[in-house]
Amino acid sequence: MARAAAINAVQALAAVVERAKTSVVQVRVGRSGIGTGIVWPLRRAAPYSSVIVTNAHVAAFTANMDIVAANGQTLDAALLASDGQLDLALLGVNAALPAAELGDSQRMRVGELVFAIGNPWGQANIVTAGVVSGLGRLPQTMRSLPYIRTDVRLAPGNSGGPLLNASGQVIGINTMILGGDMGVAIPGHIADEWVADRLGRTPAY
Amino acid sequence: MSDNPLLALSQAMADAVEMIGKSLVMVNGRPRQPATGIAYDADLVLTADHVLEREDKLTVQTHDGRVLNAQIVGRDASTDLAVLRVGGLAVPTVGPAAQARVGQLALAVGRPSADGVMASLGVISKVGGPLRMGRSASLERYIQTDAVPYPGFSGGALVDASGAPFGLFTTGFGRGLAIAIPMALALQVAQTLTRQGYVKRGYLGIISQQVKLPPAQRSSGQESGLLVVRVEENSPAEQGGLLIGDILIGVEDQPVRDADDLIAALKGERVGKPVAVRIIRGGLLQTLTVTVGQKP
Repeated sequence: MARAAAINAVQALAAVVERAKTSVVQVRVGRSGIGTGIVWPLRRAAPYSSVIVTNAHVAAFTANMDIVAANGQTLDAALLASDGQLDLALLGVNAALPAAELGDSQRMRVGELVFAIGNPWGQANIVTAGVVSGLGRLPQTMRSLPYIRTDVRLAPGNSGGPLLNASGQVIGINTMILGGDMGVAIPGHIADEWVADRLGRTPAY
Repeated sequence: MSDNPLLALSQAMADAVEMIGKSLVMVNGRPRQPATGIAYDADLVLTADHVLEREDKLTVQTHDGRVLNAQIVGRDASTDLAVLRVGGLAVPTVGPAAQARVGQLALAVGRPSADGVMASLGVISKVGGPLRMGRSASLERYIQTDAVPYPGFSGGALVDASGAPFGLFTTGFGRGLAIAIPMALALQVAQTLTRQGYVKRGYLGIISQQVKLPPAQRSSGQESGLLVVRVEENSPAEQGGLLIGDILIGVEDQPVRDADDLIAALKGERVGKPVAVRIIRGGLLQTLTVTVGQKP
């Protein structure tokens, strides 16, 4: 009985990860991976077939970025917008990539199971698991924004990648690693509002 | 999605954190970083001894934001446990304990700030004991986990996926070790602390190291004893005549092969009583009478 439940859970995890992976991209400069990105759902027509959300500190390296999609395609990416306060950047690519499903990050609870998919140290598609450790506001920060704290193991290269819930929906963007033990993610709804705002206000790129 | 077993597990874990979270209080007993405590009886909170850096002006904060005064009922550095009395506590007390098995999912849950409860996930890495750290720390049984010990988690709970507590979480045993004191053991110490304020633990006042016995002095299969390398001033050992260089081999009829044997032989009920301490001095067996003291 317990064994069957464990097998079900393990298979469900594999299925959830398999599906979520299709919307995760690697952000690259030349041949080196510098971070991770998420194919964001488009709510209205945009001049690019797909948009990608990553961290501003990832996109800040250079304007000459490529992304490697989950299907292996390498695509030129244009920087559409960047916000250092939120640590979010929006990239556009001319290919229709499968968009991520967004979860309800306003109703996260401490203790919920979460996963990260990313490219730590340049390795592709590394999956790590943990829980939502805390919901609150970072100490010593000027940003008055909610953050998700998590114990999911993150490393450089995870930045800009998705924090996913047990259904494989994006609930956050992995942004910071504090002391190796604690990661901080920007809630998905904050990123979604920002993306909608950027695409709404500046329709012509 | 409702048939996704992962989602069911995820929700169960969030429920577990919410449930145990109501029994957890933030404990203000040191500068800067508050710690956690577990409400286990109507007005009693169990916490880690090492997080209490002062004995007065202690407060706790409950899950519903009430700040209440707390008094120390008793504390025991050896097991890193302390009991606080909190008038008007009125929070749900912790439920029945869970038995820990290696490999089980474990959530470390704490209330290190007023921002709410925090959690980290791991597994039961080891169930073992006894644990000896330094000169005084001593736990008969302990549970080790790889769940991240966030600052202020000491005094919190390590729970299973249904919220049942394995034990009281602490990093007070040093070396970066995140362990839980099994609930049954913690409650047993708590009971002693509420009865008499401290735990009776026998004490001789020696520092010793384990040595192999010379073949001539081996009897009934005992191959090692404790070489006395220091005798504390005015200690029971000094008063009983123990000297540096003596090899301690037994207390009453119990063989003393290592430090664990000695600690077991100095159990609480022997405090204040004379015991026969068997030693080898200058190659000869001797028996001294030592009155066991209370561990300071």
